[in-house]
Amino acid sequence: MSQVLHTPPPAPGAPTPAEADLAALAARHGLTVSGARPSLGEYVRQLWDRRHFILAFSRAKLTAQYSQAKLGQLWQVATPLLNAAVYFFIFGLLLGANRGIPKDVYVPFLVTGVFVFTFTQSSVLAGVRAISGNLGLVRALHFPRASLPVSFALQQLQQLLFSMIVLVIVMVASGSLPALSWLLVVPALLLQFVFNTGLALVFARMGSKTPDLAQLMPFVLRTWMYASGVMFSIPAMLHGKDVPTWLADVLQWNPAAIYMDLVRFAMIDEYGSSYLPPHVWAFAAGWALLAGVIGFVYFWKAEEKYGRG
Amino acid sequence: MADSSDSKIPTVVADRVDIVYRVNGTGAGRGSATAALNRMLRRKQAEKAAGVRTVHAVRGVSFVAYRGEAIGLIGTNGSGKSTLLKAVAGLLPVENGRIYTDGQPSLLGVNAALMRDLTGERNVHLGGLAMGMSREEIKSRYEEIVDFSGINEKGDFITLPMRTYSSGMAARLRFSIAAAKDHDVLLVDEALATGDRSFQKRSEARIRELRERAGTVFLVSHNNKSIRDTCDRVLWLERGELLMDGPTEDVLKEYEAFTGGTAKDRKPQPKPKAVPVPS
Repeated sequence: MSQVLHTPPPAPGAPTPAEADLAALAARHGLTVSGARPSLGEYVRQLWDRRHFILAFSRAKLTAQYSQAKLGQLWQVATPLLNAAVYFFIFGLLLGANRGIPKDVYVPFLVTGVFVFTFTQSSVLAGVRAISGNLGLVRALHFPRASLPVSFALQQLQQLLFSMIVLVIVMVASGSLPALSWLLVVPALLLQFVFNTGLALVFARMGSKTPDLAQLMPFVLRTWMYASGVMFSIPAMLHGKDVPTWLADVLQWNPAAIYMDLVRFAMIDEYGSSYLPPHVWAFAAGWALLAGVIGFVYFWKAEEKYGRG
Repeated sequence: MADSSDSKIPTVVADRVDIVYRVNGTGAGRGSATAALNRMLRRKQAEKAAGVRTVHAVRGVSFVAYRGEAIGLIGTNGSGKSTLLKAVAGLLPVENGRIYTDGQPSLLGVNAALMRDLTGERNVHLGGLAMGMSREEIKSRYEEIVDFSGINEKGDFITLPMRTYSSGMAARLRFSIAAAKDHDVLLVDEALATGDRSFQKRSEARIRELRERAGTVFLVSHNNKSIRDTCDRVLWLERGELLMDGPTEDVLKEYEAFTGGTAKDRKPQPKPKAVPVPS
């Protein structure tokens, strides 16, 4: 390696202060280390201060998504509807996966499963790219970095609300009228949102270090989807097979299955508590708490390092 | 600078700062699939073989900036000026050393937070929030920002998506949003030259205003004239090292001799130690 530039002239009388003094000087005048990680409590406070930014950013992303399309924001509703139609065509009509579920219940069953799982799936995928895909923003402005994954999870929550409109249409079209039990959807989805945010935070940190995860995660998530009973009922599928009964419980206790079952339980009359695993609400809350707390602390631990590419 | 005059209040102290970038995917194998496989199999050949290269962008830089100073950062392309500025702002982690600051220094610029597909109006809102302004602050400054940008001089453009703006218009709006906030320690990275002549004049005046209100100003620029106009002290960086630190005239004279003297044989050759400066 040869230098092309001429050697610059030597610095005349280097004015650098005696180096041991610098830290003392800074301490004497109460200067703080730039870019240092705040304490956990302080971090929560900073994040709360940025709540308007987090909300505005998520809504901006949501709007920008379809702003070039001719139908515009109509796609917010059309996309989940088409998604559900494809799954119904494949699994309902071609493969007949509706084993153990009454025919007229299968459509809402499937649509609910697809929407609820998509909520978690897209939160994780957005989380992976939350930091690595927004390095420009991270390197230009100061804000608690958790704003980004939280904002992306919030964007998916808003997307889900559009999907819920579609779900209500499907429900009414298949003959059930709105009932008070539908309100149970609210706590179920809130818990799922906390769970998703936790996952998004974990994957945001991992993705910032290893962007390759963006290539890997779609396959992991697809496997998870097929194992969670999105298009079939887990107990009905395992019924009569030579598997221990605890296996059905374990499969049903996986967080994605729990949240799907809760929303189905709330929305579909015929989907009674016999389809639910024991302690379902406790598990729903437990998963949310576990993912939320671990995700937040894990993300905060690397707060000062996210600017590095 | 470390004279005994404790009457001067330091606002930024850089203590032997090193900054290193790690760049993925620049392995010796020119990135072909077989080379990548080869690298995966021969694990032990450390980072270099794994396609990770390190770029030492800033080396052992120390300085103290005091309240009321306007400091220019000069140096040829890729000398680490912008990188150092980002580290002062706390946006890039340092490898070694420490940077101490009084309060939170901020870079002038919100480009990264704005979205092309949103209207100018929403971008003003979003950019303001991203910079940490409150909703009330943005509301009260909104008219001022739009008027300053002059976007609406040629019709109601503020309600159109930013992708429909000409590059000059977009640059003007970006500057107007960024300059709407007051800062304790203000870091400006060659933001002066945006827009047409009349807007340049206005933005220079606005920067002077911000300067007067800010405690300390850092300005990165290749325009020696704007450094002379704005700064009373200059740091000269070359290949990541602090070469000179002193009064503007002294440093600029040396710098002009250095760049001017080599101007004849400075062909556009690739520099051996190119420092990637993220924009």
